[in-house]
Amino acid sequence: MTTALAITDLTKDFPVGKRLFGPPRGVVHAVRPVTLDVAEGETLGIVGESGCGKSTLARMLVGLLPPTAGTIKINGQPLDNADPALFGRKIQYVFQDPISSLNPRKTIRQIMEAPLRHLHNMPAADRARRINQIFAAVNLREEFLDRYPHEFSGGQAQRIGIARALAADARIVILDEPVSALDVSVQAQVLNLLADLKGQFGLTYLFISHDLAVVEAVSDRVAVLYFGSVVEVGPATAVFSQPRHPYTKLLAESAPVVGRPLAAPEGRETELPDPLNPPTGCAFRERCSKASAICAQIAPVMTEVADGVSVACHHPLTGPA
Amino acid sequence: MSAFFKLLARNRLALAGLIVMGAVVLLALLTPLLPLANPDVTDLGNRFKPPLSEGALLGTDHLGRDLLSRLMWGTRLSLAVGFAAAIIAATLGAAIGIIAGFYGGRTDNVIMRGVDMLMAFPYILLALAIVAALGPGLLNALIAVAAVNIPFFARNIRGITVGIAHKEFVDAARLCGMTDTRIIVGEVLPNVIPVIVIAMSTTVGWMILETAGLSFLGLGSQPPQADLGSMLGEARSALITNPHTSIVPGAMILVIVMAINLLGDGVRDALDPRLKSGALSRPMPTTRVERGAVPAPKRNALLSVQGLETQFHVKNRIYRAVGGVDLTVEPGECLGLIGESGSGKSVTALSIMGLVASPPGVITGGAVYYKGEDLIGAPYEQLRSLRGRRVAYIFQDPLATLHPLYTVGDQLIEAIRAHHPTPRAEARARAIELLKSVRIPNADQRIDSYPHEMSGGMRQRVGIAMALANDPEVIIADEPTTALDVTVQAQILSLLDDLRRDRGLAIIFITHDFGVVAQLCDRVAVMYAGRIVEEGPTKAILNRPAHPYTAKLMACVPELGQGRRELAAIPGLPPVVDALPQGCAFADRCHKVQDECRIGDIGLRDLPTGTRVRCIAPETTVSEAAL
Repeated sequence: MTTALAITDLTKDFPVGKRLFGPPRGVVHAVRPVTLDVAEGETLGIVGESGCGKSTLARMLVGLLPPTAGTIKINGQPLDNADPALFGRKIQYVFQDPISSLNPRKTIRQIMEAPLRHLHNMPAADRARRINQIFAAVNLREEFLDRYPHEFSGGQAQRIGIARALAADARIVILDEPVSALDVSVQAQVLNLLADLKGQFGLTYLFISHDLAVVEAVSDRVAVLYFGSVVEVGPATAVFSQPRHPYTKLLAESAPVVGRPLAAPEGRETELPDPLNPPTGCAFRERCSKASAICAQIAPVMTEVADGVSVACHHPLTGPA
Repeated sequence: MSAFFKLLARNRLALAGLIVMGAVVLLALLTPLLPLANPDVTDLGNRFKPPLSEGALLGTDHLGRDLLSRLMWGTRLSLAVGFAAAIIAATLGAAIGIIAGFYGGRTDNVIMRGVDMLMAFPYILLALAIVAALGPGLLNALIAVAAVNIPFFARNIRGITVGIAHKEFVDAARLCGMTDTRIIVGEVLPNVIPVIVIAMSTTVGWMILETAGLSFLGLGSQPPQADLGSMLGEARSALITNPHTSIVPGAMILVIVMAINLLGDGVRDALDPRLKSGALSRPMPTTRVERGAVPAPKRNALLSVQGLETQFHVKNRIYRAVGGVDLTVEPGECLGLIGESGSGKSVTALSIMGLVASPPGVITGGAVYYKGEDLIGAPYEQLRSLRGRRVAYIFQDPLATLHPLYTVGDQLIEAIRAHHPTPRAEARARAIELLKSVRIPNADQRIDSYPHEMSGGMRQRVGIAMALANDPEVIIADEPTTALDVTVQAQILSLLDDLRRDRGLAIIFITHDFGVVAQLCDRVAVMYAGRIVEEGPTKAILNRPAHPYTAKLMACVPELGQGRRELAAIPGLPPVVDALPQGCAFADRCHKVQDECRIGDIGLRDLPTGTRVRCIAPETTVSEAAL
């Protein structure tokens, strides 16, 4: 299996409290060095809570944010200049909020034509044909093309967003919380559509979500993000059936599940660490029951602990969950 | 466009402005064709003829020139200069504003500081300086007036552009390979144009005045050319002896500027999306009630909702958001209200305390009994004393419900003192106690924090503390954990669960998440298209959902631990509540639909499992329910 997307030590820092002269007052490490490989035709799920850097990571991958350091390679070719047009032909993005990602003053046809015209310089007749093909693939009626975005429900608007990403003819698609703004009954429709399209067009997905159950249902492999770093990567079945990192376990146990009694799996006052004043060593240690002296001194690095599963923890969990 | 004119015409004053302005512009356009005397021919023998004299309808000025003719030609010139200045200022100002707002950072800083410098001069001084540098003349006055007004447009448009430049559709356009220029012209500009038009319509009048001012000072139009300002200036010396020479151009300036400003306000109201959405109409303190027969209280529940019907009347459409809902809740009980967006669960909750905004909301039927007392249609004072004190709300987004400019302590103290006049120090101690009871660490320090200094989970705790401030008996929680992360959600849910056990609180918990319902609620009511389709003990419903909708909805929810798979989905979309079908609203999406489903009203019927279901062919076995 070939590697479709390789990220090496990708980092993003944001200066905080800019001054007219001199260095900024502080730096937030939104994404600490992240290294990930995505194989062709694979779905990599990226899970994490708000503020863990998952959207920043996604925006760097499509060139909307220039990385502070690190490299992105697509099919072995580096993409080091942050030019979205260059990225656009290779990697596309589906936004979380389907309505606000569509310009309210343009018809759906104008929106759909943009990638064909600007990325592929396609003549008008070809554009119309291609749009019809894509619309058929995402189960949308052609009469929608002459309407405006506000006339659509969330689910339909998200199909249009997906159709636009497909029109760019990129092989890799980043799905940034594509269903979290949708109702459950519609969510399932969109997720199934995404699965169909993947087979039909031979796509590779990066599926970003805070919802573990959704990620499990669509992913081959999963990466868990905490405080800007990957803390655990592995095949979806392995990660969810036997979490190795205490944070993964906490996430899995926090999701409300029918039939499990209500209990907060950790102390009720815990909060995320302060990004301006990050803790030393492991970022999770203050919430972790297994934390020891070494956790406060040395930040754990990713190490392979089992078949395909890597975890950044000094005391990885071993027993069955 | 026709909608725009309709909105504009609804504003009578704007319509009057439009008509007057239309007449003035028409006359100005027709001036060269009208049989008027030459405005520049002097006739010293006929100086200062009064109005209505032979041959000079409005009289003559100090050089014996026909005032009517000068007025018409002067109006023509003043209007042309005013509009030209407005268009120039709007174009340049908008261009500067869009560039500054779109690129941001250093570009923005340099441009906007330059604009600020321009604004630091009093406008008339700046205009005088520009005219002094360029020399007097109408064209130079036009340039001066336009230049003076550029900052107004630049600042206005920049603010709007900053908001638009960070919208997701701009990112999407970048990913489609559009260059910055293309994005500015194709994506940003169409969204900014309404603002430019609004700004122009409210400033044209001002610019006409400024041009007249410069001409009045002799810096604009040069004799013998007439414009309204120079006519006023020339008539000044005869102000006392022959006032009509001043009144004629003065009245015209008044009429033009009044008409333009009235029209401009109307244009703004009609175009501004915030005003269009009804922000100008202030909602009433309680929801309007228009109901017929009042159902009698059935049994003595703490809070019981009976046959509640709430509608939204927008223009000539009626949206039946809630179509006859029955609910009861007892002390210490948690009732889950579950449904998708648009199913009417939030409107049901808001109707209980008359909090649905009216207009457009109207409660058209049913009753809400709190300890036997009907709350629907109760006087405002009575409702106000119950709101927060007996029945409290927790909303979805604590950032939107907390006031950003007050500390959380101030807001808690206000909530306490709204119902119990206590000394401030005492109220503060109580507020700290409340923050502790929702397990906020360092409560005595956190009380002086502003909402933006807290995390989402902490803010929601403050929201809960505020709901608890007056020891209510019922808490209505509207998706209180939807905006939170799962680990935080687990903390908040267990907190709510403890509170209701310790205090005997009755909770109505609105959510779309079956996992949350299963863990927290004793009973569940499932809503679809404004009605309850199934209601009963949580266990019974989750184990054996009887309504096909409940069963299908539960199957849609992915659960952890089942691996990669195809998810079940419900085909189609929920019906729109302004055109509900006959019979069962779910019929079109149901796999068991029969002809009878589409006829008449289907009532809730009791099942042996203790649940009630609104279906003529309920699911019977577990295996069938899972299909």
